[in-house]
Amino acid sequence: MAELFDEIQTLASRYPERKSAVIPALRLAQEHYGHLPPEALREVALALGTTPAYCRGIASFYDMFHLAPVGEHIIDVCTNASCALIGAARVLEAFEHELGITAGETTPDGRITLRSAECLGGCGRGTVVSIDERYREPVEPEDVPALVEELRRG
Amino acid sequence: MAKAKRPLLVLAGAERGDLRALEDYRRVGGYASLEQARRLGPGATLEEIKKASLRGRGGAGFPMGQKASFLPSPEQAKSPIYLVVNADESEPGAFKDREIINRVPHRLIEGIQIAALAIGAERCFVYVRGEYLSEYEVFSAALAEAEAAGLVSVPILVHRGAGAYICGEETALLESLEGKRGQPRSKPPFPALIGLYDSPSLINNVETIATVPKIIELGGAAYSKIGVKDSTGTRVFSLSGDVVRGGNYELPHGAAFRELIYDCGGGIADGRKLKAIIPGGSSSPVLPADQIDLSMDFDSIQKAGSFLGSASVIVIDERACMVQLALRIGQFYMNESCGKCTPCREGTRWIEMILRKIEEGRASRAELDLLVDVCDRVLGKCLCALGDSDAMAVASYVKHFRAEFEAHIDRGGCPLGEASSLAGVRSPVDEIYRGRVGQEAAL
Repeated sequence: MAELFDEIQTLASRYPERKSAVIPALRLAQEHYGHLPPEALREVALALGTTPAYCRGIASFYDMFHLAPVGEHIIDVCTNASCALIGAARVLEAFEHELGITAGETTPDGRITLRSAECLGGCGRGTVVSIDERYREPVEPEDVPALVEELRRG
Repeated sequence: MAKAKRPLLVLAGAERGDLRALEDYRRVGGYASLEQARRLGPGATLEEIKKASLRGRGGAGFPMGQKASFLPSPEQAKSPIYLVVNADESEPGAFKDREIINRVPHRLIEGIQIAALAIGAERCFVYVRGEYLSEYEVFSAALAEAEAAGLVSVPILVHRGAGAYICGEETALLESLEGKRGQPRSKPPFPALIGLYDSPSLINNVETIATVPKIIELGGAAYSKIGVKDSTGTRVFSLSGDVVRGGNYELPHGAAFRELIYDCGGGIADGRKLKAIIPGGSSSPVLPADQIDLSMDFDSIQKAGSFLGSASVIVIDERACMVQLALRIGQFYMNESCGKCTPCREGTRWIEMILRKIEEGRASRAELDLLVDVCDRVLGKCLCALGDSDAMAVASYVKHFRAEFEAHIDRGGCPLGEASSLAGVRSPVDEIYRGRVGQEAAL
């Protein structure tokens, strides 16, 4: 993908050392492919002058990169201390009920992945839910059907 | 009854609405401190920061002026000096940096420019937590406006992380910014001499840097009179957990937990009793309810056996099972251990495994002793504080609530059962054990 190659060159030129662009470059590749299959890692490696193995090592370290396929939409429900105290478990269960899957799974149609998440940084307005990297806060169990409906329609 | 309104410093001017537009920030005197710093010059500007005794707001509490003084002067330095702003806020309980970026992004930009001038930095980097997409956008928009207005003389590059708690540790952050896995470096050498791209680097938290404009405005000496001795100035306290009005509240150091939790936060709902307080995010040892009148400053909290950390106060009421809470926190550290140091990589897993057995009623009394022993074997044996955080936090739950742990063991399960506010809580670790979506099976 020549376009991706060029975009990565632009990213790399912003940093004193090109390798610094590996995270933004992988993010860009993930946007193109949906996740990071071997060909995406090869393209990023080629564009930055490093190896696919190096890129794989980076991608496996950071939570926001996916080496295997995920749903078109990702719902992350914070279940860390502050949200846990005020009922994050009920919110996660409400999503499971609504989607018919268990946290950690993707709906059979491949549309929606549900995960529990570490602290998302909205502790005072919990339970915090991040849907496709956009925060919804606070979310109560009764808000869940509408949130899922919004994703299914969109 | 709320006390008289205290003046805000970091969030000043944003009482009635966010100050995202340059025009709005200008209206409350924005960027006047930057002009003042330019008149003062680097030496006198740094002197004001030192006089203010500004301690780092990220967690460690190291004085910013002292850290800056470890840097070589621009004339002595063999390579460019860099300023790195740590906006990788990920400590469970902390959400203040996010609020500062959202409400007063220009104060952060102004602080960056003043700090860069004070240390002779050639370039600035802001490492924003990957999950903070909206904040990245808000900050980038404010930066573009400030640049267009000619206010940014030292270039600022905004870099987004990709989801790793450990990158909040300053040397892991540098590694990540250099395009590597975010694994902490061995210190020394300290980043002041060999930091980003092997150049002298100053790394400070968002709130620390956003405090700098007010220090220049008030003068370092006047600033140091706010708060208490060795904990000067105000703090943006993140209040969460079992409290009516969670949120960020800026108070001077030295205010008591009671003022934050009851006056600002409206106390605990339905008249329930306070059980415990986490004073500085999940890393800090838990304090029992009788510490409610303790002063929130670095020294007082340290004397009580914990630390103020990132000033992220988590309120725990009587419904919580402390074993479940310790387990959830233990799962977090296990999940976030970078794997570089063996005591942390293995120890966090042992801690999680034993806590899980206790919570499920499958452990013996000897395993409770083993838990404390494992904590002791992690503490102080790694390159960074991640393993220490797990060990200290978990050991504090056992110390203050040992009877609850023993009751789990003796009764063969959680005495609170479904009545616990944490009943049914899960963590990403549960999913990783099963092979998480988007990742190949890890364990």
